[in-house]
Amino acid sequence: MLRLPPFEYYAAQTVEEAVTALRDYGPEAMVVAGGTDLFPKMKRRQMEPKLLVGLRGIRDLYGIRPVESGSYRLGPMATLTQVSLHPELRAAYPGLTYAAGVVSSPQLRNAGTIGGNLCVDTRCTYYDQTYHWRKAINFCMKKDGEICWVAPGSPRCWAVSSSDTAPVFVALGARVRLVGPKGERVIPVGDLYGRDGIRFLAGKRPDEIITDILLPPPDGWESVYVKLRRRGSFDFPILGVAVALRRHEDGTVTEARIVLGAVESYPLEVPEAAATLVGNRLEPDVIEATAKACFKSRPAPWTTPT
Amino acid sequence: MKQLVALRVNGELHEVYVPVHKTLLEVLREDLGLTGTKHGCELGECGTCTVLVDGEPILSCLTLPVEVQGRDIITVEGLATQGVPHPLQVAFAELNAAQCGYCTPGMLMSAKALLDRNPDPAPDEVREALAGNLCRCTGYVKIVDAVRLAARRQQGDLGAVVEEIERALNEGVVREPGS
Amino acid sequence: MPTNGYDDRKNRSNLGSHLKQETSVVGRPLMKVDAMSKVTGQAIYADDIHLPRMAYARLLPSTQPHARIVRVETSKAEALPGVLAVITGRDLPIKYGILPVSQDETALAVDKVRFVGEPVAAVAAVDEETAERALELIEVEYDPLKPIMSIEEALEDTEVRIQEYGHGGNIHKMVSLQFGDVEAGFAEADYVREDLFFYQGNNHLAMEEHSAVAHYSPDGKLTLWSATQTPHYVHRALAKVLELPPSRIRVIACHPGGGFGGKSDPFHHEICAAKLAMLTGRPVKITLTREEVFYAHRGRHPVLMWVKTGVKKTGEITAMHFRSMLDGGAYGSYGVATTYYTGALQTVTYKIPRYKFEGLRVFTNKPPCGPKRGHGTPQPRFALEVHLDKICEEMGWDPAEWRQQQACEPFSLTANHLRITTIGLKECIEKVVAASGFREKFRKLPYGRGVGLACSAYLSGANLPIYWNDMPHSGAMVKVDRGGGVTVYCGSTDIGQGSNSVLAYVVAEVLGVRPQDVAVVTADTDLTPVDLGSYSSRVTVMTGNAAIEAAQNVRELLFQAAADELGTTSDQLDAAGGRIFRRDDPGVGLPFAKVAQLAEARFGTLAAVGSFTPPKTPGRYKGAGVGPSPSYSYTACVVEVDVDPETGWVRVPTVWIAHDIGRALNPILVEGQAEGSVYMGLGEALMEEQVFRRNLHKIPSMLDYKSPTFLETPDIETILVETNDPHGPFGAKEAGQGPLLPVPPALCNAIYDAVGVRIDELPVTPDKILKALERKAKGQDPRVGPTRMPHVEWVEPIYVEPPDLRHDPSLMPATKPT
Repeated sequence: MLRLPPFEYYAAQTVEEAVTALRDYGPEAMVVAGGTDLFPKMKRRQMEPKLLVGLRGIRDLYGIRPVESGSYRLGPMATLTQVSLHPELRAAYPGLTYAAGVVSSPQLRNAGTIGGNLCVDTRCTYYDQTYHWRKAINFCMKKDGEICWVAPGSPRCWAVSSSDTAPVFVALGARVRLVGPKGERVIPVGDLYGRDGIRFLAGKRPDEIITDILLPPPDGWESVYVKLRRRGSFDFPILGVAVALRRHEDGTVTEARIVLGAVESYPLEVPEAAATLVGNRLEPDVIEATAKACFKSRPAPWTTPT
Repeated sequence: MKQLVALRVNGELHEVYVPVHKTLLEVLREDLGLTGTKHGCELGECGTCTVLVDGEPILSCLTLPVEVQGRDIITVEGLATQGVPHPLQVAFAELNAAQCGYCTPGMLMSAKALLDRNPDPAPDEVREALAGNLCRCTGYVKIVDAVRLAARRQQGDLGAVVEEIERALNEGVVREPGS
Repeated sequence: MPTNGYDDRKNRSNLGSHLKQETSVVGRPLMKVDAMSKVTGQAIYADDIHLPRMAYARLLPSTQPHARIVRVETSKAEALPGVLAVITGRDLPIKYGILPVSQDETALAVDKVRFVGEPVAAVAAVDEETAERALELIEVEYDPLKPIMSIEEALEDTEVRIQEYGHGGNIHKMVSLQFGDVEAGFAEADYVREDLFFYQGNNHLAMEEHSAVAHYSPDGKLTLWSATQTPHYVHRALAKVLELPPSRIRVIACHPGGGFGGKSDPFHHEICAAKLAMLTGRPVKITLTREEVFYAHRGRHPVLMWVKTGVKKTGEITAMHFRSMLDGGAYGSYGVATTYYTGALQTVTYKIPRYKFEGLRVFTNKPPCGPKRGHGTPQPRFALEVHLDKICEEMGWDPAEWRQQQACEPFSLTANHLRITTIGLKECIEKVVAASGFREKFRKLPYGRGVGLACSAYLSGANLPIYWNDMPHSGAMVKVDRGGGVTVYCGSTDIGQGSNSVLAYVVAEVLGVRPQDVAVVTADTDLTPVDLGSYSSRVTVMTGNAAIEAAQNVRELLFQAAADELGTTSDQLDAAGGRIFRRDDPGVGLPFAKVAQLAEARFGTLAAVGSFTPPKTPGRYKGAGVGPSPSYSYTACVVEVDVDPETGWVRVPTVWIAHDIGRALNPILVEGQAEGSVYMGLGEALMEEQVFRRNLHKIPSMLDYKSPTFLETPDIETILVETNDPHGPFGAKEAGQGPLLPVPPALCNAIYDAVGVRIDELPVTPDKILKALERKAKGQDPRVGPTRMPHVEWVEPIYVEPPDLRHDPSLMPATKPT
């Protein structure tokens, strides 16, 4: 049976306790929310934190509630199931609740959190393997090794962002509040992500935690998420497409944002594709042109995983 | 790092002194002797180790006992009430929804959570609710039928259930078309 | 209704006159005798066993695909506190293997590793964590050799050899058989067609990871509990490798949590657990991780195939020539048998008067392939049924009607001298066509939707054993207790198919008691007579017959004792409803328990044995041992598909399957086998593949090796056809494997019906459909599949004159009442 490596566990009761522990312990500490991404990676020795700071006991991190004029605040510890079934969220942000409801399997969504899904590790079939497997290829640059096996000449890691909800949050213009030992700040969700597969959370300092996910008021924005995957359960996206847009009464798109998941090490916004929608109705030929623009925008060395 | 952990499993309180990195799956099987909960990957990729925590199916292979202290944990051993098998168990047995039986405990836990919130699920609702449990033997057909058969039955008293089982073993099971 | 709780209603059936026509147990949809223990979590699987002082062991996997082992340094691992023993290949040098002709495995690699993941050392420690940590302290120095990762490389590279035996180079086995003048057959054909196919390898993916617990008692007895389908073969391998007399070894098969052929070989971990238990004096458990299960493998062989068939305008096949090349992985396993099986059963569905088969298996640096559900026959069946679909298309024949017209005759021989008994193929086709509305849909559905038909046959157990001997294949013993209880002892292993229940049913039927009154003791080499194991769909037919014989023998004692009391002779008695009574006056009888007491008083302890040895095989040529069976099951399948031409995505809404089961001893169990087979066949056809990249298994996990969930699995409609086979217990034939076979070709035929492209390579992934559609749009051959077979110097075939294929009443066995 695959088992977790040893670690110490600290059950934080407040945000301050959590960030203090992270600061004091340093790089070998990690936070754990639902554990659904972290624990498999620890069992495969992809991550070997010596201290886990458990967030489950922090009351402030829970809850889904409306704030200000129709906007919403999601506690990062809300489970994916809670987000996917929340009636008001379903009405206001259908793309988001759909995306939360198609992450992995029902059991995993009952434990996995919305904050955790924003921070889900980038994936690659050379990296998401056991220690012994990775040893057999002499490891890769994301963990213990030197090169990227996807693109051996590449100076960067090509592990891909595999969050289902992140593309929708970016498309909706959501922001996160980060709290660290030096205080708090609010940044757009898209700014959480770095530009390679290793430093994929470059926008967040290691001792900061997400305390709030802030959705703007729907304000006429419609949203949708489509997930391509082999099976209707368990699977990470092969491709995720999030679209948020506003339409004029006659159906003409006035504003649009398109964000792709699982094609880059971060949710990839494709404004040039979104632009093809603006000024048009959502007719099949328009959508076809937009899809082609999305396809053209995909990053260079990335074709299909080999 | 070892820790004293208090777990309420199937209504019984257990105090175990275990390494904090030992998963709920390992503690259930190795420290509490509750080997009814099985495992197929230990990575959250098959659903075999599903148990209920406060009524919700979760994966015990990805759960730390320290994080579920004070919550209600139900395993397959806790499905029966006062020795009376749960209607799901009887229906699974009758309709041959358990072949090798290895995925069955996890399957039953997901099914129980479904019936607790939706007493009369349509076939597609059963499939969605159980989509996180893999089975390699049955082709899922009889599992869907069994969940729906259980949904149609009321929980009976011990005498009635024992009679039901006797009849199924010796005369033949009730085969209602999956209407 | 009688008041004793028995139900005296009899099931009527349309069986032949020579078998018991009225049954009380057989034919009913009963709950399995052990079903409640499985649904309550109380059934014990190997990993559930926990013994006092038990230690845990882990295996160190090779990180090299092909290398000499220069040095294995274990001292650091041995010094780790908590480590009890460390062993390497040198500690277990004796070779073993499931087939006598390929004893090429060692429990741990000795001088050479042959695939990534092959165990090199084993550590026993006080807990699994310590054992795992110790593995990291073992240093292995390798001298790498060139890895050989494909059939083509294996055939090209004769210098670098993976094994030192076989046909030469990296060819493990080459087979060439010819039945009649095939070339003359092609010459007289009106249409001759050739096609190439490839079937990718895949894993059984049983939900349970392999596990074994060994205990070596101070009295010098070794006990191994294992998740195995074949305790008898594990018993033999342990005796050989550990150099212990078999009398001191006991193997107990726990409930395997799924087998499908994947737990049919003796395995590394079983032998290592036993050795470590002997060395440490403590019980030792080894449970594989999921990744290690992918390395233990023994799954479906990847097979490259070429088939050429000639037909007359009137529909008859004039000749067939079939070639297969199997990628065997690094070791023999069942591979020699698999190679023969890729050529053996082509002839048992449709009349093929002349037939030639050439097959070979190569070694590659991958985990060994072996038997998976259908063992070597799903691949050629896929090729054959798609190939014949193309011929029907070309000739303008209705694929259902043509198959019915060409179906083999009952009680006939095939070109390769296989003896067909009952054959319900025509009825299966008729029923599946009617149920699916095939005729209303075929070539008539809108673009993107389609239906496809395919048929198949499979054996109900092999007539020849794996190791040559004249002993029975199955033994059973029935003991009657003076309280009226009955116990049946048999070496068979219930892997979920319900074989324990089958034993209870047939014994209960013969003795006239209820299944619940029959205790079943199985799969324990100390307690139970040998049964060869749960593979090749042999268990119901062979153990069923053995148990019937044992029950009849003990019933004779009971009847003799009762006859005096009832004032008649034993041949005038019958047993049913828990009573033994006069057939001419059923009111005159005695309760079963009372008769048991009379009989025990008269004869002493009441027990009897029964055995089953399959009928002699008509074929008399080298290689004739693979293919013969007491009977063949037949299946016809219609798959409906919904293909999205834009994405290549295939959705399967419904599968209809009709299966000739001979007779369903319990229809609900047979349906379960058919449904599970359809599921597994679709998984192989659409998504499952054991693939390699940079010399490593690319996806050794449950997440990335795609196994269909509830959401990908279609509605499955099962139709049972009963033909009442004279060799079967109460007429039964197999159900566990045959229904998988027609599913992949029916799917591919349906895809052609839907979008007009041929995918001649499994699995049918969306990219292959898109590629074929693209070719079609460009006016090229709308097909994706292999384009060539590597050139090989085939050996001169063994020539055998084919028999007359017509129905031959002399092949019908003498009748005997059950």
